[in-house]
Amino acid sequence: MGEEAIIKKFMYVNRKSPYGTIYALESLEVVLISAAFDQDVSLTFTDDGVYQLMKNQKTEGIGMKNFSSTYSALGDYEIKKIYIDKESLEERGLSISDLQELVWEDEDEDYAEKSSINLVSRDELSEIMNQQDIVMSF
Amino acid sequence: MSMLHTVNKSPFENSSISSCLAMCTNDSSVLFIEDGVISVMKSTKFSDLIMDSLSKYKIYALKPDLEARGLSLDNVIDGVEIVGYDEFVDLTTEHDSVQSWL
Amino acid sequence: MALEVNGKSYEVDEEGYLANLNDWDADIANAMAEADGAALEDNHWEVINFLREYYEEYQIAPAVRVLTKQIGKKLGKEKGNSKYLYELFPYGPAKQACKYAGLPKPTGCV
Repeated sequence: MGEEAIIKKFMYVNRKSPYGTIYALESLEVVLISAAFDQDVSLTFTDDGVYQLMKNQKTEGIGMKNFSSTYSALGDYEIKKIYIDKESLEERGLSISDLQELVWEDEDEDYAEKSSINLVSRDELSEIMNQQDIVMSF
Repeated sequence: MSMLHTVNKSPFENSSISSCLAMCTNDSSVLFIEDGVISVMKSTKFSDLIMDSLSKYKIYALKPDLEARGLSLDNVIDGVEIVGYDEFVDLTTEHDSVQSWL
Repeated sequence: MALEVNGKSYEVDEEGYLANLNDWDADIANAMAEADGAALEDNHWEVINFLREYYEEYQIAPAVRVLTKQIGKKLGKEKGNSKYLYELFPYGPAKQACKYAGLPKPTGCV
């Protein structure tokens, strides 16, 4: 108490498809845990990481936990900045409508839902990434 | 010798797909599993490679892995056969050997 | 480890969290509370039921600050604060209520 809180800009960069490796789930857990520390957190989904947010994931067949619905809780954890790399979507024949819509609730406006998703070009992403204090890649 | 090749990595991650296809012969089959199933989707930068290969080899993709990733079966390239675990086992026994590209 | 309720045995971890989410029923929650020397009343059930719904929707047990905020939204500001929740669940609202709700320990709870 009494000490000035230091707020740093953290970016978590997600580059892997879910389920094939443990990176996507590990990243999500680290993000949820670190959300307790009141930092300025953003998430980027680029390369195969864009597949993490695909709608209609059904994992019964592979016997793994479906963690895709957990991304919708990010807004509750005060994570309001999610960057999606537009070129990564295009290379994969995907569009933003293939991905989940993620929102946060604005308490000051009677819990109005606001979109957390920002579709960005690689140039824009580069600029945002270069403004970060800490970048963690998964 | 007939050989079943399995590819479990995303084509965007490494070059298994092109290495594998370069080794295929007329009686080869290629089965995409795990993140490899991304390879058989329409409109990616690898779709042409798959479509060219379809005239030469049988190409399969594992359904549970497509479904887990939210990849719609309707968007799988025409001619690619979608199979389940049972058919995976059949493919393994029908071929003389299996080569797993990691 | 196992928890005995109504003559049935349920698997729990070393901290008493239910191993299998689908085993849960209200009797199990009551038995867990009794073992902690507490009795569950309507106010407790509001929180326990909220946690189960949250898990169902998001596949995670919420961190305590998320729980506090969401309870405030759902049940009113007078309940969405740590004082109220700690009075109900003195061992920590997220930890203790999640246990009674049959959920895993919240992510980020040390």
